[in-house]
Amino acid sequence: MRFLLAFLVVGPLIGAVAALLPAPPGLQGKSPEQAILRHGVTVTGVVLIAAIVLALGFDHDHPSKMQATTDISWIPALDVRIHLGVDGISLPLLVLSALLTFLCALYSCFKLPSGPSPKAFVALLLVLESGTLATFAVLDLLLFFLAFETVLIPMYFLIARWGGEQRTRAAWKFILFTLLGSVVMLLGLLLIGIKAGTFDIMALATDNGSGLTTSVQVTAVLAIGIGLAVKTPMWPLHSWLPDAHTAAPTVGSVLLAGVLLKMGTYGFVRILLPVAPDGFRTFAPYLGAFAVVGIIYGSLACLALARRGAKGDLKRLIAYSSVGHMGFVLLGIATMTPTGVNGALFANIAHGLITGLLFFLVGALKDRTGTTDLDTLADRTGAALYGRAPRLGGLVAFAAVASLGLPGLAGFWGEMLALFGAFDPADDLSRPAFLTFTAIAAFGTLLTAAYMLVVVRRVCMGAAPQPDTPRLADVQTYEFAAWTPLVALTVVAGLWPKVLLGLTDPAVQQLLSGGPR
Amino acid sequence: MSSPAQSAAQSVVQSVDWLAIAPPTVAALVGLAVLVADLFLGDNRKALLGWTSVAGLAASALLLLPLLDGDRSTFCLTGSTDVCSYTADRFTLVIQFLVLGGALLAALLSVTALKDADRGLPEGEYWFLLLSSAAGAALLPASRDLATLIVALEVASLPAFALVGIRHGDRKSSEAALKFFLSSVTATAVSLMGISFVYASTGTLYLTEIADRIQHVDPQLHTLAQTGVVLTLIGFAFKTAAVPFHFWVPDTYVGAPLPIAAYLSVVGKAVGFSGLILVTVVAFPSYADVWGPALAALAALTMTVGNVGALRQQATRAYSAVRLLAWSSVGQAGYLLVPIAAAAYSDDAQKSIGSTVAYALMYAAVNLGAFAVAALVARTKPLNRVSDYRGLYATRPLSALVLGFFLLCLAGLPPGIIGLFAKVTVFSAAVDAGLGWLAVIMAVNVVIALFYYLQWTALLFRAPENDEERHRAPAPLTVAIALTAALGIALSGAPQLVLRFTDTGLF
Repeated sequence: MRFLLAFLVVGPLIGAVAALLPAPPGLQGKSPEQAILRHGVTVTGVVLIAAIVLALGFDHDHPSKMQATTDISWIPALDVRIHLGVDGISLPLLVLSALLTFLCALYSCFKLPSGPSPKAFVALLLVLESGTLATFAVLDLLLFFLAFETVLIPMYFLIARWGGEQRTRAAWKFILFTLLGSVVMLLGLLLIGIKAGTFDIMALATDNGSGLTTSVQVTAVLAIGIGLAVKTPMWPLHSWLPDAHTAAPTVGSVLLAGVLLKMGTYGFVRILLPVAPDGFRTFAPYLGAFAVVGIIYGSLACLALARRGAKGDLKRLIAYSSVGHMGFVLLGIATMTPTGVNGALFANIAHGLITGLLFFLVGALKDRTGTTDLDTLADRTGAALYGRAPRLGGLVAFAAVASLGLPGLAGFWGEMLALFGAFDPADDLSRPAFLTFTAIAAFGTLLTAAYMLVVVRRVCMGAAPQPDTPRLADVQTYEFAAWTPLVALTVVAGLWPKVLLGLTDPAVQQLLSGGPR
Repeated sequence: MSSPAQSAAQSVVQSVDWLAIAPPTVAALVGLAVLVADLFLGDNRKALLGWTSVAGLAASALLLLPLLDGDRSTFCLTGSTDVCSYTADRFTLVIQFLVLGGALLAALLSVTALKDADRGLPEGEYWFLLLSSAAGAALLPASRDLATLIVALEVASLPAFALVGIRHGDRKSSEAALKFFLSSVTATAVSLMGISFVYASTGTLYLTEIADRIQHVDPQLHTLAQTGVVLTLIGFAFKTAAVPFHFWVPDTYVGAPLPIAAYLSVVGKAVGFSGLILVTVVAFPSYADVWGPALAALAALTMTVGNVGALRQQATRAYSAVRLLAWSSVGQAGYLLVPIAAAAYSDDAQKSIGSTVAYALMYAAVNLGAFAVAALVARTKPLNRVSDYRGLYATRPLSALVLGFFLLCLAGLPPGIIGLFAKVTVFSAAVDAGLGWLAVIMAVNVVIALFYYLQWTALLFRAPENDEERHRAPAPLTVAIALTAALGIALSGAPQLVLRFTDTGLF
């Protein structure tokens, strides 16, 4: 078990180095490019299998217990230990990351984004995977920071080299914003580590903030919170996200939305809630307020983009919808109740599945029509995907409906639980404030439904295609292969939420009452 | 009957611990030998001088090994054995290792540079000056009285002025040397004045004795002592190229031969900050309320001005690569000053100093590596513009990967793990000392610095503008690049190798 977890972190790195070396003679395939892309699929596939085996071997009766732990001293001078472990909170995120990266590798094996050599592409993808998996696996504050930073350089290059229009600017905005956030976060992490005398998340969580004065906690939560909020992103620190998503290649967008944003919310749950509860309590109402502003803001921005004649970009629209969805996640965390935090974690996973799927679909649409501009796509009456490529149209409608939170699909439970949590927040939080948030956020779900339905109407429906309009290629086999798991999991998580909640709930209960053991 | 005579002789003649002073001595002696040998060697055998010097520097670095077993002191006051002028403790050894190793790498770069110059540079003088400067720089961290300190500082600096201006008939070179010389001499003069004030108020030059006596200075002399402390620091701040004493850096680096610029950026800085550490932490700990805020302000200014200066470099301007490295080295000097300033506020000054030392070791390896790759590129593109590095990956994949690694180490982002953790120690020293505002300024600077480092890194992997043929890299350059790269990668895997200095006392 512990080797599996260590392999999850190290395996992709070894794969990345191997990708830069020339291929061994037997495995060259048709062309060197083909060989290197297949190498990417193999490595991410092995990592995904390892993650699944880890999930199967996980003791589901005790999800609140840290399992598969490794604890080795690495830099005694800074008290940095290679401390890895997985519990019910991190396990779903680990599997989600491994799955999405594998699907991305598979997708790009058949549909390589236009840009320089695929060799670098695969290597960067693997480094990115290592960084994301490490973020969810480490239990040391400084290692968490290291993993947090590891994803920056690969993502920068993925956007700047393989991206679309305005990619250079978007890539710079992405890396400078998130670096500024994470360096400020480092200051908070150091403050906690120095005042408490340890960087170990487990030890700090067991103390539950008892070793830290309130003023230290408040300062640290402010610093760490800003760093995580940039990554999440929380309104008003979100402005890098729409640009990055619009410019990034399909695979980059999927990973950005599906995995990288989760690192921010995971940090809130894993570090801030158990380690500095007093400080967090001070800021919880503000966090909640920013979260609901984000929900409303994201929905209004989407509505504006979806309007006819607004020249709205579909990728940009989904990016703004992410701001709204992450608002629900943050609202759930801000309640500091098991219900709210469970909802946040559920919404996290659901957003990864659904938004990942949406970006895949929009990417496919762009490959076929050459544009993501809603007005160009929809022309006068609508893009009429139902008629021109029925399966693709059906999938778009499915993903959009899942995203607006239809009961029975994954998007529903997370938002509902977050709202429930906000309805009855932790004892020492102001109930009236959170009731207001609940009401506003509930209104936000209506707005979300509104713009998603507008998008479905403009993209999927429309006047019956004339005989002379070119038919679009419908869903290809490799696209089915890449998307089916996401669709299936969305349905499973929607119909049987206990799969996830059974894992997260005990861990969250433990977390809020004195840390994992 | 002979015993009184014997003791009288003992009180006059000191016993010298030759092993302790071997590292700087060997460097100086080899320098002299090379200068003499230059007279007797024919033109076609001048290369021998270079390899002798490299061997000499390697030998003096190796002579640090037998000193590892414990602290040694020599040139002590007769009577009290704990007041000495020369001490080889852990701090001394680490800085001497840094200085001699840095000089060795600069020497490796010089071998190629001199060969390429094809007798445009006088070889004998060049090696003599480089080795003397290295000897002075190695002497400095060991000095424990103000006189030796100033002498060492001058021995390290004077040959450096000559090295900067060594290119005959090059106006830029001599102008740079003059600029460097005039500003440096002014700083030393100010420093000397400060030392005389300190001597006047305490009556001793030994650092440990000053630390004792300066606490009980006659109240009338209090202002004098305070002025003395501040003036003494100015000379050393100049050497670290702290703002506002930085203006000589970019022109000097561009005017000097590239290996000398590399040498100044690492060894020159090491000289400055080890002097600063000795003066502040060892001699004037009781005046921490004077130099602490001053150094903190200096650090904030230095990193901001340096990074903004680097940011403003245009990639297409001539020598912009060296200029960028020069400005970035000013910025890095700011980070180096942070823990020294923090030492004024923290309970455990040695721990903070350790952060500076650890950061300096990382910086030395990585910055010399970057200069080594720059020297390699400069052989085919003598203008050395940042835009000349476009597409380096296509022609020299390994050099490009290594340079990218060095630059990211300087920026402090993975895969440059050692750079990241070195920054973390500096941040943690600042946070530990309660210098939150300085930590925030540094955080902003790290982001500014990332912009130009990453811009350069990204350029390496762009498609080249035109195809060019590959030249074989000369062996000494390859060795220098390989050494620094191996060091950087090893440290990234095991950061404890340098970070342990933040954990243990150095003095």
